[in-house]
Amino acid sequence: MTKDVKIIEKSETIAPRTRFSFSRKDLCVPYGLFLALFVILPLVLVVYYAFTAKDGRFTFANFIWFFSSWTMIQNLLISVLIGLVTTVVCLLIGYPIAYILSRMTAARRGILLLLFIMPMWINFVLRALAMKELLDLIGILGKFNYLNTIIGMVYDYLPFMILPLYSVLIKMDKSLEEAAADLGAGRVKVFTSVTLPLSLPGIVSGITMVFMPTMTCYVISDTFSNGKVTIIGKLIEQWFGSGDNWHYGSVIALIMLVIMFISTLIEGKFSDEKVYRGTNL
Amino acid sequence: MKKWLSWIFLFAVLLFIYLPIVILAIYSFTNSAIIGKWNGFSFDLYKQLFTVERLRKTILNTVLLAVLASGLSAILGTLGAIGVFYNKKWLGKYVKSASHIPVINAEIVTAISLALVFALFNIGRSYFALLMGHMVLCTPFVMLSVLPKLKQMDGSLYEAALDLGATPTQALFKVIIPEIMPGIFSGFMLAITLSLDDYMISAYTKPTTLDTISTYVYQAVKNQNKSMLPALRALSAVIFFVMIIVVIVINLRASKKSAVKSTVK
Repeated sequence: MTKDVKIIEKSETIAPRTRFSFSRKDLCVPYGLFLALFVILPLVLVVYYAFTAKDGRFTFANFIWFFSSWTMIQNLLISVLIGLVTTVVCLLIGYPIAYILSRMTAARRGILLLLFIMPMWINFVLRALAMKELLDLIGILGKFNYLNTIIGMVYDYLPFMILPLYSVLIKMDKSLEEAAADLGAGRVKVFTSVTLPLSLPGIVSGITMVFMPTMTCYVISDTFSNGKVTIIGKLIEQWFGSGDNWHYGSVIALIMLVIMFISTLIEGKFSDEKVYRGTNL
Repeated sequence: MKKWLSWIFLFAVLLFIYLPIVILAIYSFTNSAIIGKWNGFSFDLYKQLFTVERLRKTILNTVLLAVLASGLSAILGTLGAIGVFYNKKWLGKYVKSASHIPVINAEIVTAISLALVFALFNIGRSYFALLMGHMVLCTPFVMLSVLPKLKQMDGSLYEAALDLGATPTQALFKVIIPEIMPGIFSGFMLAITLSLDDYMISAYTKPTTLDTISTYVYQAVKNQNKSMLPALRALSAVIFFVMIIVVIVINLRASKKSAVKSTVK
């Protein structure tokens, strides 16, 4: 009984009757509408275009076209491969950096972390151009298109790998490592059975942040290979641009959406707190 | 020994990161057509940033768009975050999960899906489409920056304000907003960098007559337009210098803050 009275009192204090009154709960309405118009509806349109022919009829033909075209499959595989290699290289470079930084004194690691992620704030096309010019100066531009593309991708996406790894490693309870060492584990053993498993959420979120863009960001592959390396994002661009078939383009976009959805599900299993481009800095 | 190795590793990676930018910055002080050839010291390339009409307009457009999109995103995202935080029903859940989509989605997919929707509305390529596109990109990050601050806030503050006679509007502007201001500010800054960095969404929504730095540079690179490239060295150098100054200022402010904190303790 007393509980009921309390609830009534509270709801009255939260929303008193004034001329202009709103509840805090309603404040997400404008953003909700914005999202419906510019996020949900657009994706519905992608699905619609993927399943229709040019005359608007429902069809699976676009999917059949994609999966029966050897060029498309080949490009998809190349994208996955480039994505995988880039991600692994970023992880191999990024993990030691994040680890070393997380063991430093607070003042020192603050400055060094900034140095490592500062490039993230310079326009990425300009950054790619800078690296391209350097490769040109060295004289390997135009010779090893796939290698150069991967160098360019690593150059652009390394900060995105370092950041989530660092934020997981910095929060890690260091006493667990000490405990393992006290109990007789060697340095390698401490790392493989304590540090590495505990940093798994960071690894997974770093992988998703690097893998997805590397498969689709054709600006970098175009810049570093003079358009000789075609990744999946480039195909979408071609069909929406010169190819002028939005239905084919939408099928590829839908495939990317599915891959994104699966990787989000996998990522969700590992961590609930994510670091997106420095939202927690 | 091990420390020595890890420092070498750190410096090697930093070299990899900064060497291209530094070389570009050095060659921004000479007017040669290609990097590697020194034509004598001059500020010619910097002058071009102001004198070449198309370049000057591009820089201005990019900055203006970033400020406009980030400002609007800051408002929309802050309201959204407050709403999501207090609304535990379907509406709050819907806004929270829907705003994650542009964050994790491949940018090209977001971009072409926006192109489809603007074509449907008959807006096509326009400044409005470009602005909305950048807001789609930026607003989720504002919300993600504001939400943790709302969690940290003392929930009874708002109710205390109401008990003391404030209207909900007053309580919102005088209590909640000031409390979460740091989150709004960092969300706004993040939005600026995202908007400045964007290529994909701009490429698919912008009017054909307008360029952002990203689309301009990509055009120059793709068309092998060698005459456009040298001035971009100066542009990169300017951005790099601004970046360094911003980082130094942030660092000084942070160290001042921590100094104040330690004296209080």
